[in-house]
Amino acid sequence: MTHTRADYPLAETQPGAVTGKRGKSLADITLDSVLAGDVTMEDLRITPQALQAQADVARDVGRPTLALNFERGAELVEVPQDFIMQVYELLRPGRAKSKEELLEAAATMRHTYQAERIARFIEEAAETYAARGLFTFRF
Amino acid sequence: MTPKLNRWKRFADWDERPLRLDKFAAEDPANGFSAFSSPADPQPGIGIEGGRVVSLDGVLEHDYDMIDRFIARHHIDPEVAPEAMALDSATVARWLVDMNVPRETLVRLAHGMTPAKLADVVSRLNALEIAFAYSKMRARKTPGNQAHVTNAKDDPLQLAADAATAVAFGFDEIETTMRVSRNAWSNAVACAVGGAVGRWGTLFQCSSEEAEELRIAMAGFTSYAETVSVYGTEKSFTDGDDTPWSKAFLAAAYASRGVKMRCTSGAGSELLMGFHEAKSLLYLEARCLCLQRGMGVQGTQNGGIDGAPLTATIPGGVRELMAENLIAVWLDLECASGNDARSTESEIRVGAKILPYLIAGSDLICSGMGSILKYDNSFNPSLINGEELEDYLVLQRDFEADGGLTPLPESRAIELRERAVEAIAAVFEELGLSSPTEDMKSSVVYASGSDDTRSLMPRDVSFISEAIKERGITVLDVVKALARRGFREEAENLLDVVKLRLSGDYLQTSAMIRNGRIVSAVNDPNDYLGPGSGYRVSEERRLQLNDIRDVLDQKEVLRSEALHEKDETRHIRYRNLGPAANGSAKDDVVIGISPAFGLKLYRTTAGHRLSEVLGAMLDAIRARGLKARVVRFRHTADTSFLGLSAARMAGSGIGIGIQAKGTAVIHQRDRQPHNNLELFSNAPITRLEHYRALGANAAAYALGEMPEPVVVPQRGEAMGSRYHARVALIYAIETGLTEAGAAPEEVDVTLTGVKS
Repeated sequence: MTHTRADYPLAETQPGAVTGKRGKSLADITLDSVLAGDVTMEDLRITPQALQAQADVARDVGRPTLALNFERGAELVEVPQDFIMQVYELLRPGRAKSKEELLEAAATMRHTYQAERIARFIEEAAETYAARGLFTFRF
Repeated sequence: MTPKLNRWKRFADWDERPLRLDKFAAEDPANGFSAFSSPADPQPGIGIEGGRVVSLDGVLEHDYDMIDRFIARHHIDPEVAPEAMALDSATVARWLVDMNVPRETLVRLAHGMTPAKLADVVSRLNALEIAFAYSKMRARKTPGNQAHVTNAKDDPLQLAADAATAVAFGFDEIETTMRVSRNAWSNAVACAVGGAVGRWGTLFQCSSEEAEELRIAMAGFTSYAETVSVYGTEKSFTDGDDTPWSKAFLAAAYASRGVKMRCTSGAGSELLMGFHEAKSLLYLEARCLCLQRGMGVQGTQNGGIDGAPLTATIPGGVRELMAENLIAVWLDLECASGNDARSTESEIRVGAKILPYLIAGSDLICSGMGSILKYDNSFNPSLINGEELEDYLVLQRDFEADGGLTPLPESRAIELRERAVEAIAAVFEELGLSSPTEDMKSSVVYASGSDDTRSLMPRDVSFISEAIKERGITVLDVVKALARRGFREEAENLLDVVKLRLSGDYLQTSAMIRNGRIVSAVNDPNDYLGPGSGYRVSEERRLQLNDIRDVLDQKEVLRSEALHEKDETRHIRYRNLGPAANGSAKDDVVIGISPAFGLKLYRTTAGHRLSEVLGAMLDAIRARGLKARVVRFRHTADTSFLGLSAARMAGSGIGIGIQAKGTAVIHQRDRQPHNNLELFSNAPITRLEHYRALGANAAAYALGEMPEPVVVPQRGEAMGSRYHARVALIYAIETGLTEAGAAPEEVDVTLTGVKS
């Protein structure tokens, strides 16, 4: 189902459908359930589905680039924090010493995390960095 | 011998003005000092082949630097570009200020415009047109504002108190940063807790190193990020230790964690970093903004930011800051519109800088107004700071413009500060992080700034901060700690902010929380199409904006006069002797008093008892051997007519007219009403000695002398702003007692001689 601006804000139009990563809905996450120890940080994480819904809304209101960012974000939801930070670090200038390091990261994104858009994005960076001489020593 | 002067002394006066602390730079495009255009700026242009952008602003694809590449691939919509780029720039400029051309039409065209084209269009608008176009083009209808909450000690108690205060003033976002970078976690917890006091929904960020900032967001303490900087030249970008791809990856990472973010860019950063390529500020900034739209971020912090002070040294620099903000909103980005780093020491330049934004509105008018004092601002002082926050509240009231803030009653401020300090202290105790003493807490509650506190110091804070980080404490631990210690409301408020990330609704463009609900460019789009449309201050909101402190009304004036009434009865008695007759003796001088003089009003605006004023004049007249009579007029309250009427009744032909507020005149029988002998119009600075001299001069005129007129010295005080509201209310009391044709009354005045 494609969402439109009429579905926005999702937390008001379909609160039951908004859940955290472990399936708890907004209504399930209360101060009492937190105090009872039933809520973890994972319950407060956005899902790829919610990001896709926001991407749909963004596209519907004429913001295609914002939608693409949400879709790239959706692919990163399942990617562990450490690997995200590692790839971010690798994308900074001079961190990767060659194109291959970035291509390897792109391959992991594609094959391990099914993050196809992110993989292509990293490949595009690799190609650009090679063209612009960014694989140079910085510190 | 008087030394020969070689300088007009006015220049020496000007040297002493705060303005002269500002230094100004000459226009010099070759060295990057040019606001709007430089010979090195490219002409707008685009080449598209098979849906691919093969040239951009005169650069062929194989020569693209990484910024060109990113813009060509991710910003330019090849479907729209041929149409948009073919449009005459002057025509598009006119559309920007044409209320009949809808925002959406212009936003669609911007998707196909290159940086040089966008800059070419907006540079054709003057400052007023830019402000108007900004008002029409900004994405969200309702304006908002952001505060800085920091202090010179990184003291978490003060951060919590100041965060709570900022929330109460109505800031939609608060931003903190540290003096010592390892204190980031403590700052984050303190502001998160303080920001949850009073109401929920204020978004919060902790500006720190990119990777650290994301970790803090992951722990749930912050709800958005802003300091993801981008630059307009390749070398500045890499010196900033990033690339468009690394920053865009970070943007996707924030989205994946459900955390709102915007980028930061602003004129002058490339110039400060030494890689400006001799391009104009506006062109480089247009590149930054196209990049940001291409990255898919929802918004930008833009308008000079750290480069604003430098930009303001350049001719047209302040207009340029407005122009780059306009490009940002034209590109459909949320705009936290600068008005951040203090760009001048001149308060006039500060007021002039903020006004267009206040009346045009902005998603976040300041991307950091200092809610704290200047010296406590760890970002450096803001354009407007804690010191001047009330000035801003008054500007809102003056222009009936919604700048996002609401006046805060003093008692409420103390209540909230106490609550916030107790809450953070409870959290620290519960989590075994620190046990703040009563003295620490109370010193913070009442402190205007960290100079006044006896609280935690940066080193103490480092231990707290590192413990939070190392023990992996999350927002849920803080929520639980709050609730266990009886701060259930704050616990729920904090939890509600974290729950925002589940739906991701607040990731959409220009999202903020108002009254517990999401308000963004999706459900509150700017629909300006001329007067009556777009954002309007509602009557309810207008009354809030009006409600500044210490407002005078007639009740207040009468209350203070009633206090003086009792006092005056000990000093003077007025006895009405019936209708007054015209005098014929040459030594007869008449003092004409106004209808409410001594009956309803008892002190001059300078605060003198009317008994003393009258006594001083009577004494001075009698000292010259003349007779002085007091006559009350009720047909007029006007000084000139009081004076002239008195003069006409006086045997000497000389009379004094005086109103209860202290305005007085010496008049002569045969003159026109407004052509008096001497006028004392500045009652608030008129002292008893002046009234005595006035009496003496009236006597001198009666004796046929030509005395030196009494001059009440003034130093250019804004007398009207200080007294006119009171004067108008007082004067209405006088005129309320007038009666057409009422006869003058002879008044017998007895001064009791009581000293105090």
